[in-house]
Amino acid sequence: MNANSASRKLLSLVLLIAGAASLVVSLVLDFSGSGASYRGALLIIGILALIVGLYLFPTLKNHRKIIYIIFLFPLLFTFVVTVIIPLGLGIFYSFTNWTGIQFTEYVGFGNYKEMFTDPQFIWSILMTFVFVVINMILVNLIAFLLALLCTNGIKGDGFFRAAYFLPNLIGGIVLGYIWQFVFNNVLINLTKTSLLVQTKTAMFAIVVVYIWQYAGYIMLIYITGLTQVPKDVLEAAQIDGANASQTLFQVKIPMIASTFTICTFLTLTSAFKQFDVNLALTGGTGSVPSFMGKYLTSGTQMLALNIYNTAVSKNNYALGQAKAVLFFIILACVSLVQVRISNSKEVEL
Amino acid sequence: MVGKERRTRSYILTAVGILIAIYVLFPFYLVVMNSFKVQADIVASPISVKGASFSQLITNLGAVVNNSNFNFWRALFSSVVITVLSLALLALFGAMAAWVISRNNKTKWATAIYMIFIASMIIPFQVVMLPLVSTFRDAGNFVGVPMLSTIPGIIFAYCGFGGAMTVFILTGFIKGVPYDLEEAASIDGCSPEGTFFKIIFPLLSPVIMTVTILNGMWIWNDYLLPSMLLGLNGKYKTLPVAVQAFVGSYVKQWDLILTAALLAIIPMIVVFLIGQKQIMNGMIEGAVKG
Repeated sequence: MNANSASRKLLSLVLLIAGAASLVVSLVLDFSGSGASYRGALLIIGILALIVGLYLFPTLKNHRKIIYIIFLFPLLFTFVVTVIIPLGLGIFYSFTNWTGIQFTEYVGFGNYKEMFTDPQFIWSILMTFVFVVINMILVNLIAFLLALLCTNGIKGDGFFRAAYFLPNLIGGIVLGYIWQFVFNNVLINLTKTSLLVQTKTAMFAIVVVYIWQYAGYIMLIYITGLTQVPKDVLEAAQIDGANASQTLFQVKIPMIASTFTICTFLTLTSAFKQFDVNLALTGGTGSVPSFMGKYLTSGTQMLALNIYNTAVSKNNYALGQAKAVLFFIILACVSLVQVRISNSKEVEL
Repeated sequence: MVGKERRTRSYILTAVGILIAIYVLFPFYLVVMNSFKVQADIVASPISVKGASFSQLITNLGAVVNNSNFNFWRALFSSVVITVLSLALLALFGAMAAWVISRNNKTKWATAIYMIFIASMIIPFQVVMLPLVSTFRDAGNFVGVPMLSTIPGIIFAYCGFGGAMTVFILTGFIKGVPYDLEEAASIDGCSPEGTFFKIIFPLLSPVIMTVTILNGMWIWNDYLLPSMLLGLNGKYKTLPVAVQAFVGSYVKQWDLILTAALLAIIPMIVVFLIGQKQIMNGMIEGAVKG
């Protein structure tokens, strides 16, 4: 091993010094407010030189530690910059009058108080919960039935699986517009007025599209669960004289209880975060004659879209951020419940 | 008797399956069929083949592809570059980090990093998106490396957001790789980084496939993150952002909108036809492990 060769020592030293120097220079340029366009390149070169210098650092004893640091750095750095720092700032901003660029004063829980007196926001929360519950039940029910269909000795089941899964490949924005066409130009021949016009039917339309998109995916997970039920257990049930429905309800379903847990929470969190289809299909429109004494114009606007519109369209960043923090808290609670349930199941098994 | 009953049952089930398949695939049929028509024929008879002609498809495609709001080739190129580079970097950096974490899993710092990654998986994008834009803008201005409206900036963000799930799945796999392998290599004089790249990384290929499919489905179809970081009218647009920008400017122009939808769908369908099994298995494994 040439870990202590003179040339390597020299190279490492030169790179470390050059890297540190260019880092310092670029930081000085940053803090002095110089607009020099090369300062960004200098910073990146400095960091890279430091990493390479560190890698070549002539040591046998600590080489493994250096490698660990270099290997962890890229992912941890991007993660901290894109997730941890914005999360901390976001929670902080929700207590200020932040405009998306700056803030001038702390408002305490002002934003939180404001959002709970806004009928539109309360309506969005209610709609989201209704949507989540209906979807959780329907998607799982339909997906499970599809899984039974596909595992029941049906001919060409490979084709059916792929076909049912296909909508899941397409992003919600494109899907939303395709279905907007279906509701406004095709189904209108049956329904007279488009389903998307009235709030109630428009919510129903979002549910239909969501099931269409998601059931195929959940079906795949149920199929995996069903095919993992051991053959000898099923044979034993058959020998004991169990009929098809007894086998299903008393053998198969209890044996794939953990699959039900996975699918339930998967549909729950994804329905809760629903944004793309909501935006493209209805854009949140739909009138509500009277809710908490007010006339609402965004009847189909769910929580995620409400947050987006509050900040981006209405330019109220602090309020939108406070709503987002609430959104986060609700999701965190759901996840904690999920972990609880999964853990208690594991103990039982 | 029993055989006959079973056969009728199988026929009925297959018929039900076909009916559902028709329902599921029907919107796709509408998109394809109506891309061959002019607006008037689409509105008059959206389901039938009446008025469909190949030359009209060419006309529609020409109108959409060269549209200044859609810019199909540019959007496709941006989407491909962003997705491919993000996936490659996530696989590499994710495997590196997961290896370090799983080989130090008895130390406090590695456990702490791992726990933070896991906990961060519940963070919804909405709670970080607004400060993310301001952080990217401020940091970019400060150090002189533009992060907003640039492709490196959004790739950076995808590495940060996809990191947690990638590390979670890869760590679970690496824990199962026997440590003896690495010790043997180390005794033979192999450096730690050599051990990782020559022995561990190749072993990871099946699980990297899973991670890449999961991240790929998400990054390719993602709308919110590129719309915030690249902007709806920015220099670069991914396909979902381009579709949104395009539809916003052509309300009810179904000949153009459906042709745009067709163009946006095709790449994913082609990929699915090639790697159908891997994609479906990857999605299942990701759900069961995640």
